[in-house]
Amino acid sequence: MDFGSINPVLLIASLMVASTPILLAAIGELVVERSGVLNLGVEGMMIVGAVSGFIVTVETQSPALGFVAGALGATLLSLVFGVLTLVFLSNQVATGLGLTLFGLGISALMGQEYAQLRTPTSPRWEFFGLNELPVIGPILFNQHPVVYLSLLLVVGVWWFLKTTRSGMILRAVGENHDAAHSLGYSVLGTRFAAIAFGGACAGLGGAFLSLVIVPQWTDGMTAGRGWIALAIVVFASWRAWRVLLGAYLFGGISVLQLNLQAAGFAIPVELLSMSPYLITILVLVIISSGRGRTGGQAPASLGRSFHASG
Amino acid sequence: MKKRTFLAATLAATLATSAFADGHEPTKVGFIYVGPIGDGGWTYEHHQGLLAVEAEFGDKVETMYQENVPEGADAERAMTQMALQGADIIFTTSFGYMDPTINVAQKFPDVKFEHATGYKRADNVSTYSARFYEGRAVQGHIAGKMTKSNKIGYIASFPIPEVIRGINSAYIHAKKANPDVEMSVIWVYTWFDPAKEADAAKALIENGVDVVMQHTDSTAPQAAAAEAGGVVTFGQASDMSEYAPFPRVSSIIDNWAPYYIDRVRAVMDGTWESMDTWDGIAPGMVEIGEITDAVPADVKAEALALRDALSDGSYHAFTGPLNKQDGSPWLAEGETADDGTLAGMDFYVEGITGEIPN
Amino acid sequence: MIRLEQRAAPSRVWAYLTPLVAVLATMVAGGALFAALGTDPVAAIRTIFWDPVFGEFAFYYRGQLLVKAGPLILIAVGLALGFKAGIWNIGAEGQYIIGAICGAAVGLAFYPMEARWLIFPLMVVAGALGGFLWAMIPGVLRTKFNTNEILVSLLLVYVAEQILAWMALGPLRNPEGAGFPGSRNLRQYESAANNELIAGSGMHWGVVAAFVAVIFAYILLSKHLTGFHIRLTGESPRAARFAGVNPTRLVLFCLGVSGALAGLAGLFEVAGPSGQISIDFNVGYGFTAIIVAFLGRLHPVGILLAGLLMALTYIGGEAAQATLGLPAAAIQAFQGMLLFFLLGFDVLTNFRVRFGRRAMV
Repeated sequence: MDFGSINPVLLIASLMVASTPILLAAIGELVVERSGVLNLGVEGMMIVGAVSGFIVTVETQSPALGFVAGALGATLLSLVFGVLTLVFLSNQVATGLGLTLFGLGISALMGQEYAQLRTPTSPRWEFFGLNELPVIGPILFNQHPVVYLSLLLVVGVWWFLKTTRSGMILRAVGENHDAAHSLGYSVLGTRFAAIAFGGACAGLGGAFLSLVIVPQWTDGMTAGRGWIALAIVVFASWRAWRVLLGAYLFGGISVLQLNLQAAGFAIPVELLSMSPYLITILVLVIISSGRGRTGGQAPASLGRSFHASG
Repeated sequence: MKKRTFLAATLAATLATSAFADGHEPTKVGFIYVGPIGDGGWTYEHHQGLLAVEAEFGDKVETMYQENVPEGADAERAMTQMALQGADIIFTTSFGYMDPTINVAQKFPDVKFEHATGYKRADNVSTYSARFYEGRAVQGHIAGKMTKSNKIGYIASFPIPEVIRGINSAYIHAKKANPDVEMSVIWVYTWFDPAKEADAAKALIENGVDVVMQHTDSTAPQAAAAEAGGVVTFGQASDMSEYAPFPRVSSIIDNWAPYYIDRVRAVMDGTWESMDTWDGIAPGMVEIGEITDAVPADVKAEALALRDALSDGSYHAFTGPLNKQDGSPWLAEGETADDGTLAGMDFYVEGITGEIPN
Repeated sequence: MIRLEQRAAPSRVWAYLTPLVAVLATMVAGGALFAALGTDPVAAIRTIFWDPVFGEFAFYYRGQLLVKAGPLILIAVGLALGFKAGIWNIGAEGQYIIGAICGAAVGLAFYPMEARWLIFPLMVVAGALGGFLWAMIPGVLRTKFNTNEILVSLLLVYVAEQILAWMALGPLRNPEGAGFPGSRNLRQYESAANNELIAGSGMHWGVVAAFVAVIFAYILLSKHLTGFHIRLTGESPRAARFAGVNPTRLVLFCLGVSGALAGLAGLFEVAGPSGQISIDFNVGYGFTAIIVAFLGRLHPVGILLAGLLMALTYIGGEAAQATLGLPAAAIQAFQGMLLFFLLGFDVLTNFRVRFGRRAMV
């Protein structure tokens, strides 16, 4: 197959970078949703992570501290959601949307003085020359540390949900909170932890945008990536490895369509711009058709408030 | 409940207008922005214009602005609101505000309106725009000289005349400087998505481009070029000097301040008239940011000479012979493009590959 | 120790009182935010909540409240039907866009023929049909292929936005527009215009449709068998199946109605307040309507009130920007806070706050 001037190796290396913010946010949201909580505020948490990370990096000149701050900032915001939905039993869908509104606003206020600044770049890792290897070098051994972290998180979440006792409890809480409660598990504690984890992941994703991909702070710079992350969780039917598949598929098509334009392929641009969304839908249709009614279902308690009345 | 009409509102506005005339009330200046003032590009530069107006006139003016105003019904409300508050002149700074501006202007005949980049005028509505393509010509020349791979990339937002003009102007002058030059255009189909701009820049670079031009406002392409190394970029909308001297070797700066100060002064003096302004490098509405030492001295000298020729009118950026993309003749030898064709430009010039989406 | 005790039945008193308490709390917290930004908090709160309704220029703002609330209510009423049944249409924004495009396309196709009795009704039908069909994509995919409607409806919003850009730049572009994007202005085309029914009132056909939709939804939910099926499915899908509810039909019904209403909202907007198809025609009504639906507790009358309240914060917030120089971001954060308080205090409707230990009860 003739790729024109497109280099498939560089394409794969770039799509991994481009997909990382969505992957991070989605893997966090996956854990939240598996605990039975639907947090639609991913966009708001991402943007707060982006601005917190950027501010701290500018002030300390340390991208590492910036990432920590990004995660912390978004976690704080996610706890607002936690308190409202878990303690005050507010509606999760509406509260999540409110969180996005609030996050977009507060991030713009925080970042007022930080537009048009430049941060120190955080270098990619180069594994003792392994990055010089053909093909796998640029893909596997010359990425930004957070890209590796995102992959580790996918494996970690998969392992946690599948094999650990806490993971089992988390799933139980998500499937049937009343039963989990009567078995003596702390529904609120589990969900708070999950929400905080989701916030931290979204914040990391946001900080990756403002510190690595762009890198700059501008109002509203997440430009809807939080929504895509939500869609990817559904796409993955709440399974960790499929979040990776979904995020890389979406990010891959997005990067590929730009490459096709750059290489001068005569495909209508309108079609190319729609392609990431259409292909994601198409792939999901193919995966979900032919599966029984129970396949790929959401956690049973998703979106329902829990109150220990017993 | 007493039903008041717009007549009453207009009356109120008129009263406000006559009140300032006796020198006690400051002139009220309103700005409607399409993005946030922190966008670092289009709206940021208009807001710099507002600040310049404040600096120029001090307490003789009172400014107000509204950010993130969607085009359509919300824009009409925002303008009406400012007119009701007694604004004397309102700048509406996005193409999509055209019809709303005309509608509101009809209701408030004593308030002056200034609409950016549109073509509909009225007795109390002026239009103004900048000839950014003049700046693109200078960039194109530098690009043609600087490219080693002979491939220039262009990140474009939406296929509107403004953007197409810029692509053509850049291509014509790059080609003149270097006949082997090719240009790849990526349409990102968004006004604002920094991460997508970064991805587009990377895609261009990975396809062999070593000069990236952009008609989008964020510095993301600059950062992508800096990381790739050896790729030349230009600042867009604002100077982006944080990426100088390399990769950013020069820039186009939107400088609305002189125009805004002029027009506010005209309102104060009572000399304001409806007119159409399309200014370029000469009056300073389009500025060429510092050309850094990363550009060889002879190229820099040529670029500056080109700028001066555009500025004093001895050279027009669209001078024939030029053909359209399909090979049909457009401008004969020595002929220059008329403003009408430029304003509605919807074709590429000969030599650019690819199609304009429509 | 403080704890919550579930009430046997929701408290009627608190159901009416909590919104007031929440708004008061927002005023305090928001006032603190504004004060921190160096703005007079009292003036800011008055500008946002009081001036649009009772202030000097209220004669203008009251109409604008309807203009802003109309599409929110119309969309939210439709969404609420699905949400009650556990059917998640997150993509009303896309249906709104497609409805506007279809309706506008029909109107523009007749240009410059003058026949309002024919053209405007046809546009209304086309708008509703466009939204309906766009919503049928997630509907059919869900019923035929078991594809999750949240993902499909959400991603179709982005596809609709691309179609919108394409339409504004290509097929629907104003041929007399000097190459600029955007369609002809429908408001200047008598037969297609959705102008105010009474000048200055803000009342246009879209607002009328919103009120009608509220009434119909109320009747549907409280009196009609379909309404019962919707509620039953939401509370217990298993019980609903035993009661003979056809889940396929219900999914298609809920998505179809919400899509058609969103499409109608788009049509009335494009033919009226907005006037033309442009690249940035949509401003997020479809997403805000989700908030409105839940703020109104998925009840038609609640949605009516919630829509008006949201509209008030938009219009008052804009006024505060222009007159007090508050940044748009502060208004956004303020709206977020208002939602938090409204949703948080809602707990008092269904629960009683008890002090002390359980054993003492």
